[in-house]
Amino acid sequence: MGKMATRDAYGNALRELVSENPNIVALDADLSKSTKSFEATKADPSRHFNMGIAEGNMMAVAAGLAASGKTVFASSFAMFATGRAFEMIRNSICYPYLNVRVCGSHAGITVGEDGASHQALEDIAIMRAIPNMTVLCPCDGKEAYEITKYAAKHVGPMYLRFGRSAVEDVHDDSYTFTIGKGEVLKEGKDIAFVACGLMVQESLKAAAELEKEGICPTVVNMASIKPIDKELLIELANTHHTIYVLEEHNIVGGLFGTVCEVLAQETRTARILPIGVLDSFGESGKPQELLDKYGLSAKCIVERVKETN
Amino acid sequence: MLTKEQLMVHTQNMRRNIVKMVHQAASGHPGGSLSCTDILAWLYFNEMNINADNVNSTDRDRFVLSKGHASPALYAVLSEKGFLPEEELMTFRHINSRLQGHPNMNYVPGVDMSTGSLGQGLSCAVGMALANRLDKNDHRVYCIVGDGESQEGQIWEAAMSAGHYQLDNLCVFVDYNGLQIDGDVTKVMNPLPFDKKFEAFNWYVTTCDGHDFDSIAKALEQARANKGRPTAIIANTVKGKGVSYMENQAGWHGVAPNDEQCAIALEELKGE
Repeated sequence: MGKMATRDAYGNALRELVSENPNIVALDADLSKSTKSFEATKADPSRHFNMGIAEGNMMAVAAGLAASGKTVFASSFAMFATGRAFEMIRNSICYPYLNVRVCGSHAGITVGEDGASHQALEDIAIMRAIPNMTVLCPCDGKEAYEITKYAAKHVGPMYLRFGRSAVEDVHDDSYTFTIGKGEVLKEGKDIAFVACGLMVQESLKAAAELEKEGICPTVVNMASIKPIDKELLIELANTHHTIYVLEEHNIVGGLFGTVCEVLAQETRTARILPIGVLDSFGESGKPQELLDKYGLSAKCIVERVKETN
Repeated sequence: MLTKEQLMVHTQNMRRNIVKMVHQAASGHPGGSLSCTDILAWLYFNEMNINADNVNSTDRDRFVLSKGHASPALYAVLSEKGFLPEEELMTFRHINSRLQGHPNMNYVPGVDMSTGSLGQGLSCAVGMALANRLDKNDHRVYCIVGDGESQEGQIWEAAMSAGHYQLDNLCVFVDYNGLQIDGDVTKVMNPLPFDKKFEAFNWYVTTCDGHDFDSIAKALEQARANKGRPTAIIANTVKGKGVSYMENQAGWHGVAPNDEQCAIALEELKGE
């Protein structure tokens, strides 16, 4: 299996979509080389608009295009796409239920050297708090490609979360994405990992380590955060004693918050523990150093399981 | 094309309905609704190609009320056009009504964009104008922004992008009534001059008397003739226009008249 950044897969899928579908329009805010939305220009430069460093305007322009029947992919770094433009996304995109895909790249702490100002750790929380919004976070290139292709057909607003770093492939070419469904990657017992984004790969690595010591976690890729696979979560919570929820995001309001909100309303036996950024900002550093320091790497997951199992 | 006399019948009725809507809701924004009434009437009756057959389509001229709190004026003109039953106007701001405090495009035929949060509607209009260009049609996009609203930085982000993309199919009125909730716009946070700001972003700028149909028509004619640049029309207006005690009073920005005040207003507007 190879390696690819989810943003690269997004760019490839977007280029194909612009080429196939005259209704697709791409916007960017001066980061098209980084978000990979510039790939759209290779298919049709007239349907890629650079809106300059003005994310709020970009999102409301996207709303206007969508109100005229276009399906719009509006890209920036996750921090600015969702943070700066939060209220435009809420009021001009989600409230009128328009077909805008807010595409946030460079999400999470693995942006690395740019530091805390550029590390979106709240984006899942704020996007999923908006009614009508769909929130998807692919774990590898194949899934990012499938999700982007799916996004062209979906009705209503969406937030797509992509990462900067190349990540190992989890899926082969046969994979297809289903909205609202979790994907059981490994059947285990006693404990379960429910993860999104690159924490899926860290979960799989941690599971391989734990297996050497006789601990066999179930591993679930939960790319569809809103809507979430409630049925699968309930099943996991009654067949395992602990569910670890893993995300490259603040533990407040993201995937852990989602899982807790669902399971708090259900009769269950499992306890639910977070593995994410513990309500702090990040800092500059290499992605692997940051994953280690903030307790997100496979090594940290193994330790955390041993401490709490 | 309606005559001035025919239009005045509509604007008088719109003004009566604005006062009645806000009165029955005991909330809403009469001042800024009355200041843009005449512009709206001209746009919907004599400028835009909107009618009962195409109202639910996007294949026509579009309008964005960026100052969404002036929704009573928008609902009133949609009623005059026959897109909305007049009696429904009196459900404005009530539970289960289509007529939300600020307009929702999915509830009301003829409302082309959901607005209310100031500063965003002009950007949406820019998106519609870009869509028209992509679709190679000759539809035009109209927008009304408030003078106070132009304190939002996003108005100037939108202005920059419309100028950059040379959107000559976009025409924006600045409803320059000079007042916002806390008082005189120049005292709260001076947004002037509008003309030099828009010009600096590569817009064509003209002015009109926002209560004089000839003046509005002339400005729109200039806008249509102008190529390669979007048009901003600085419309000199009177907040609360048509109701003596509301005119030029910031206090009537977002306050409803009581029964007695409503009766006086309707009498002045030669109401029932």
